[in-house]
Amino acid sequence: MTKPDKKYSRETLLNIYTVMKQIRLFEETAFRFFQENKLRGSVHLCIGQEAISASVTELLDDDDYITSTHRGHGHGIAKSRDLKSAFAELMGKQTGFCHGRGGSMHICDLDKGNLGANAIVGGGLPIAVGGALAQKMRNTDRVTVPFFSDGASNQGTFHESMNLASVWKLPVIFVCENNGFGISVPISQSTSVKDIAVRASAYDMPGYVVDGNDVFSILNAFEKALSRARAGEGPSLIEAKTYRWKGHWTGDPEVYRTREEVAAWMEKCPIKRFREYLLSNKIAKEEELDAIDEQAAADVAEAAQFALDSPEPDPAHVMDGMYVEGAYPI
Amino acid sequence: MSIKTYAVAIRDVLAQEMRRDQNVFLMGEDIAEQGGIFGCTRDLLQEFGDKRVRNTPISENTFVGAGVGAASVGMRPVVELMYMDFLYLAMDQILNQAAKMRYMFGGKVKVPLVVRGQQGIGRGNAGQHSQSVESLLMHIPGLKVVCPSTPADAAGLLRTAIRDDNPVVFIEHKALYATKGEVPDDPEFSVPFGKSNVVREGKDVTIVGNYLYLGKALEAADLLEKEGISAEVIDPRTLVPLDTDTIVESVRKTGRLVTVHEAHRTMGFGTEIAAQVTEKAFKYLDAPPARVGAKMCTLPFNLGLENAVVPQVADIVEAAKSVLYRM
Repeated sequence: MTKPDKKYSRETLLNIYTVMKQIRLFEETAFRFFQENKLRGSVHLCIGQEAISASVTELLDDDDYITSTHRGHGHGIAKSRDLKSAFAELMGKQTGFCHGRGGSMHICDLDKGNLGANAIVGGGLPIAVGGALAQKMRNTDRVTVPFFSDGASNQGTFHESMNLASVWKLPVIFVCENNGFGISVPISQSTSVKDIAVRASAYDMPGYVVDGNDVFSILNAFEKALSRARAGEGPSLIEAKTYRWKGHWTGDPEVYRTREEVAAWMEKCPIKRFREYLLSNKIAKEEELDAIDEQAAADVAEAAQFALDSPEPDPAHVMDGMYVEGAYPI
Repeated sequence: MSIKTYAVAIRDVLAQEMRRDQNVFLMGEDIAEQGGIFGCTRDLLQEFGDKRVRNTPISENTFVGAGVGAASVGMRPVVELMYMDFLYLAMDQILNQAAKMRYMFGGKVKVPLVVRGQQGIGRGNAGQHSQSVESLLMHIPGLKVVCPSTPADAAGLLRTAIRDDNPVVFIEHKALYATKGEVPDDPEFSVPFGKSNVVREGKDVTIVGNYLYLGKALEAADLLEKEGISAEVIDPRTLVPLDTDTIVESVRKTGRLVTVHEAHRTMGFGTEIAAQVTEKAFKYLDAPPARVGAKMCTLPFNLGLENAVVPQVADIVEAAKSVLYRM
């Protein structure tokens, strides 16, 4: 584990641990539900990538914004800290974040600053620029964090958004979760650079490569980017190198990688590493972390049960939300 | 009342709304010092400053998307596309994001975004600068689609667009910018969406058209009158929402419908109007509706060729006579 550049409170560190654990268990439960045909649609799991969502959002407030991706359960849970609404949305229930209109790929929660997950790769980046523009025009010191993938870094929107955020000195912290693959295509076949962070230099902003499975590697870079953004000095790009343990989606045959490669990354489990750090630095005792684990398991189970028990949305109201006035035709 | 051009009518409403509401701001290519290549934002930089009148890089998808993002957190951006043809570069943000955001997010977000700009023929701009986009946009639930044909409608509909809490695509016509007309001075003057305008009353045939083809429909009506045919001319003004009631009511009286537009005839908005009128007033129709529109051909550069692609007044007259069996 990287050494932290600053001292964090025990509460902050245990919050990050808790959220990582919640995301892990949430995703494992979602995977099981998918296998049991309790969930429909495509479900993109972020198991193995939890440290990035949990660490970044712990330093943000409700009026700091994020945008998220098709692999967005972790971002949404971490920003809102609301497992029930997230699980209910995965199951398409009326009690979900989007009343069953969005599902797994469209978790959003404006009240908590989540401007929405996006199923178009790179689609959230311009929206994040707009969120940051509003923050700047209102003379706040708030920031916007678009989470996106290595795949999105080859979209025009990435380059256009980096350029525009830089030209307008907007408080955007671009957080690229580089998990090595765009579905089946490794970045060596798709991406001109080894480190996506070097693309920051083309847009005159700082770029950081961090270990996305190491809480303090993420936090150290994010603190710098956050200070710069809150001070009105402009955007930064953070590339967090990580790995998804599961396939691109729950039905992925995973022909593009070996079991050995997956196993090697599982050895670098971000939760395990952080737990060992907390124990060896005497920040928490084994039984305290066990209690957090148990509570997280209970919370996720409760959220899943809440989703199961929640009502389906009423098809009579299917058009609700199309327009502010209601249904089409208006 | 003042006599204003279509372009000045638009500029003045932008200024009035920016004075009224600090959340209204402008983004687009060449809109600041230059005032927009058609002058629709002229002098606004001087009054409102570069925070609210923002030149953008040539990155349509991203600056439209920035408008979507800013709107979703309560700003009221008015984003200019220099040519509506560039809408296609921003289509992901308009179609997949702005239009769908509110619904996908369970009705919990408002996206009070206006994307405005001009389209159409008239300046020899050829295939990538002369297209009509309104019919494509009608097919996307979540958007409102506005098509002003006069300076007064441009002013009144733009005010409604800026105050609307949904994403609105406000489509101007380049060949109308210099046209003049009376515009009310009242800074609250607005034209509601979803109210077709009966521009000329008549009893024998209903002609629905907009933009340049409102004028051409009125010319056709004059020619028809000389042959003893009384044409009613209706401008739909907004395509989403579309006021078909006014059109249906007219057809119940005339028994005949002609639609005309510069947009391609196939799946143009006239097709939708003809279909709705057929569904709602079939027994009143004395002839099948006639649709007049551009050929399914890329808009050519050469004027003679351009005129061969888009309908002419004679085509409207011919269509009207055909539904009256007067050929």
